[in-house]
This record gives sequence, C-alpha cells and structure tokens, in this order.
Amino acid sequence: MTPPSGGPAVAVRDLRKSYGAVEAVRGISFAIHAGECFGLLGPNGAGKTTTVEILEGLLPPTSGEAEVLGRRWGRDDREIRERLGVCLQQTVLSERLEVGETVALFRAFYREGREPRDVVGEVGLQEKARARVGTLSGGQKQRLAVACALVGDPELLFLDEPTTGLDPQSRRQVWDLVDGFKKRARTVVLTTHYMDEAEKLCDRVAVLDHGRVISEGTPRELIRSLGGDHVIEIAVEEGGPRGLRPGDLADLPSVRAVHAEAGHLVLTVAEPHVTIAPLLERVASLGFRLSSLATRHASLEDVFVSLTGRHLRDE
Amino acid sequence: MSDRTRARAFLALCLARFRESYREPEVLFWAFVFPVLLSAALAVAFRERPPEPSRAAVLRGPGAARLLLALRKAPLVVVEEAGPEEAAHALRMGRVDVVVSVAADPAAPVEYRLDPSRPEAGVARARVDDAVQRAAGRADLVPTRDVPASEPGGRYVDFLVPGLLGMNLMSAGMWGVGYALVDMRIKRLLKRLLATPMRAADFMVALMTMRVVSTFAEVGVLLSFAALALGVPVRGSLAAVMAVAVLGSMCFSGLGLAVACRARKIETVSGLMNLVTMPMFVASGVFFSVERFPETVQPAIRALPLTALNDALRAVTLEGADFVSQWPRLLLLAAWGGASFALGLRLFRWS
Repeated sequence: MTPPSGGPAVAVRDLRKSYGAVEAVRGISFAIHAGECFGLLGPNGAGKTTTVEILEGLLPPTSGEAEVLGRRWGRDDREIRERLGVCLQQTVLSERLEVGETVALFRAFYREGREPRDVVGEVGLQEKARARVGTLSGGQKQRLAVACALVGDPELLFLDEPTTGLDPQSRRQVWDLVDGFKKRARTVVLTTHYMDEAEKLCDRVAVLDHGRVISEGTPRELIRSLGGDHVIEIAVEEGGPRGLRPGDLADLPSVRAVHAEAGHLVLTVAEPHVTIAPLLERVASLGFRLSSLATRHASLEDVFVSLTGRHLRDE
Repeated sequence: MSDRTRARAFLALCLARFRESYREPEVLFWAFVFPVLLSAALAVAFRERPPEPSRAAVLRGPGAARLLLALRKAPLVVVEEAGPEEAAHALRMGRVDVVVSVAADPAAPVEYRLDPSRPEAGVARARVDDAVQRAAGRADLVPTRDVPASEPGGRYVDFLVPGLLGMNLMSAGMWGVGYALVDMRIKRLLKRLLATPMRAADFMVALMTMRVVSTFAEVGVLLSFAALALGVPVRGSLAAVMAVAVLGSMCFSGLGLAVACRARKIETVSGLMNLVTMPMFVASGVFFSVERFPETVQPAIRALPLTALNDALRAVTLEGADFVSQWPRLLLLAAWGGASFALGLRLFRWS
C-alpha cells in the first residue's frame, strides 16, 4: 500500500487558510517523500497546526491543493483515513477507560491494524494496560496517544507538538517511538517548536513563520546556510565609554555573521580555532574585559534567529 | 470500510460508552438512586392524611356569641374570636381561612371575608356557611351519604410515579447525550475520532443506543420500587411501558444531540439544557396535572414531548392502555426526536 507510482507521501501546493480576516496559512507549498520524517518548525501561531489539520482532513483549506498518499480529501476520505495515524495537539482521551481498552477501541475503527497488546507494549505501557487513563502521568498519556495513532498500522503518521509540556525523560521516550516507526520506512510529519527535537528526528524541515515557509531543507543544510557550523557567544564587563558593537568584530577571520542579543554578542563562525585568538586581542585592544565566552554548534534555533531576528519561543 | 469493520467499530463504540457510564458514580446516582429517593420523599410528603379542618375567626361584637355557638358544633371547622385588626392580620398571614362577622341586627347579612384565590378559603366558606344556615334552621332536602374511596391508582403517588419516570427519561436522555458530546468536544476527543475511519453517524447512533439500553435498567429500578414499596399499580403490560419509555428516551437523546451540536462550553450546553427542560418540568404534568393551566395554553403544552411521554406513561401504567392506543402521543415523540436528531446531525461541529 505505497502511494501510486512512488510519488510523494504528501504534496502541498499554494495552501491557504483564513479564519475570517485572519490568514493563518498564506500560500504554503512543499512535498514530503515516502519514508522520511518531515518537520514543520516554527513559533506558536506560525500556522503549523492549521497546516497539519488540513493534511489530516480535519479542516478544509480556503484554497490550494493538498494530496495525501496520492489521494485528495473530499473524494477518498475514508480510504485516506485507513492509512493515517494521527496524534493531535493535546487530545484528552476518555479518563474512565483503561489503557488497553482505549487502544482496542481505536483498533476497531481500522480494517487492518496491529494487535493492541503489542502496541501497548511498544509504547512501554504494558504494566499500565489495566490502569484507567485518568491515573496516567502526562508522559504516559502522550505515549498512549501515540499508541492510538500507531494501532491502525499507518503508512503516514502525524504528530502535532508531541512533546510539548513533557519532562525530558518522557520526551526521550516519545522520540524513541518515532525513531522506531521511522525504521520501518514509514512517513512521519511532525510539528514542533523545539529545535533539538527537529534536529534529532527530522530528515527534512520546513521553517514556518506567519503562515509562510521561510526556509526548507535538511537540518544540516539549514545550519550550513548560516555560513558556519559554530557559534561563539561573548559578553563584556560594563563600564566602558560605549558597548561592544557587532561591527567591531565582523571583520575577524572566519566570522560569517555577528548579532547582538540580550547582553551578548553572537558570532557565527566556520572555524572557531581560527577566530578565537584574534577575537580576544580585538576585545582587549578596544578596552573591554570579557565576562564570558562560550562556543557551541550552530542549531536550528540560530537559523530561525538569523531568518527572522526573533527566537522561536519568544511568542 | 467493510460491513464487518463497521459493525466491529459500532460495537466498540457502544462498549466504550457503556464502560464510561457505569464507571461514573454520578451517572449511577442520577439514573438510579435519585429518582427512587425523590419518589419516596414525595410519597411521604403527600401520604394519605385525615382531612384538614378549616380555620375561621369570628369578629368580636354583639352577634358573635351566636355565631361562635353554631361554628363550635360544626364538623371540620376550628373557630376563634378575634378583634378586627387581629383578624385581618391572621387572614393576611393565612393563619385563618375566613373571617366571619355579623351586625347586632338579626336581619343584617352575615359577612365572610376571604381571599377567593386560595382553595382552602372556598372550602372554609362552604363549611362555615353550612353551619350558619343550619343554625338558622335550614334542613337538607335530599338525604346524602359519603363513601370514602382511596384505591390504588387514584392516589397522588400513583399520579406522580409515571411523571417522575418521564422526567427522568428526559433528563437522562438530554444530559447523557448532550453533556457527553460537549465534554468530548472540549477534550478534542471528537476531533480525534473524526481522524479515524469511523463513521460519524455510527458514533451518534452508538451514543443513543447505549442511552436507550440503560433506559431498561432505569425504568426497571424505578417501577419495581414504586410497585413494591409504594404499591403503585402497573396495569398495562410491562412491554408496553418499556416500549413507551424507549421511544421517550430516543426522543430526548435526539433533543440532547440538537442542544449540544455546536456548544463549545459546558456552561453553554447547561444553559440550553435548562432552557429546554425547565418549561417541561413545570408544564408537562410531572408533579401536577396539565389541566391546571388555562385553556388557551393547553394546545402548546400538549405539543411538548414530555407532556406526550407523561400522558402515554400514565395511560399504560395506571389505565392499562396498550401501546398502539397511544399512537398520537408516540407519533409526536417520534417527530420531536427525528427532527432534532436530523437538525443536530446537520449542524454538528466536531471541534
């Protein structure tokens, strides 16, 4: 049951969605290949959930085309739904059903699917199989939601903010589940505003802002587009005649970009070992004393900042 | 979706709904315990009592002694002597039902002061007047005799139990379907279900089916209690009672769906529920007969589904009517249920 002619799992062309005068999605196009994990990345209100819900057939688009598994919504809805697994943002499953009963209920909706007990085991809830949903922790509830999405043995899995609000350990457990699903060569569409999540799970990402795709590619490509893989962050002691400015450092060797941010200067560099010695000299020669210096790998967060001038979680 | 998958999905939905209901203690209380408690309490409050005597005050004055003498001998009249102000106050407060006064002149009329809108006042006037006329020498022209008749089926509690049954079917149907839907909508569970191959209509029908199935248990418990503990007669066949109850339950499940089809807040659906159910609680003959309302509003009250359900339930339990004889009322119930189900499904909002 692969898409006909090996086409994309999802193809979106000039998708738009308005709520009254508010345009949530303003002309989005992308294609998701079968077997990849595709991330929709962006701050709250960027249009991620709206886009995903259109792809899930839960919202009609205002205009544009969305093809899922080679089919169109409105014609073959039930056929598409048979092959989709969906994990909505914040679904509260019935508190009075047991874990096993809940997964079995969702299994019953699909023509073909997996043994509920196996799926409960896969998400690590076998010991909670007889527990009421209302007694589960947040992380356990989220894993149960993933189990309900997996039990129909989908070809395409949608995860909308699957780890928002979870503790680090629960997040890791959900990531492992997605990894396991990817290993079976199935397609995943994931929305998130966590950069580490996108870098860890996604083969390709589209960065969304204000209802538009502002960048698209593999996490690696997007980070490379900054011109350097590394970031040096410095801060200087206060008290000089003026602050240290980005322009003071832009011409140092291997520096690709400099911007100021909350008391820091952030330098994007290709080779930190080439930059650091001249950087220290320059700071001292301008009469400043360093109060901190840190280096790290550039992340998708830096990509977002360089594209929009804002942080992902500012909003 | 094949028919087998569809049947399996429907049964799974019914089973999930059944588990959700019986695991909710409040549901069990309102469905089973509350109606029994209410009918027991009302049966005690309106138990058979000896007739209440009328209370009369005689105004102090020259003719008072004559009146007092006559009224003290009268059956079911309690009389006291009072000054004008005291008597007026007692009348206003409802402590006496009628104030009697007469001038010294034997030819002057006896005056009854009373509030004609109070039923007790009318009874008191009749009893007092009878005593006054007899004291003046009036005799009965026709001999009469009272035969006390209080058979099962004619008591207030007998009238009440079918009404409570109807009221309960209304509340359980509307809240059971309406509240559940809005709760699932708020939790986005409806949206999550929509994302599966499940059929929307199957989901609604499963919800209503489970409501109707629990009707059997609810009606069984209340009727058994009424029959065994309160001696309420069930003269029609149990099958006819159940059939009427099931139709009523379906009708109010449909209304529940219509009321809940778009609401996104529990407050909204609660308000709408009360708006729909309150007039029927009052007007549809749960606690007192519909006949008490003025003639002009009777057609409107008769058109309400709870009136039809209560009338049909009373006919089959108290009068032993069969199911078919109730067709106009059953047709009305089916029309209300069908129209509201269709409307609810058409306007339904999943998120």
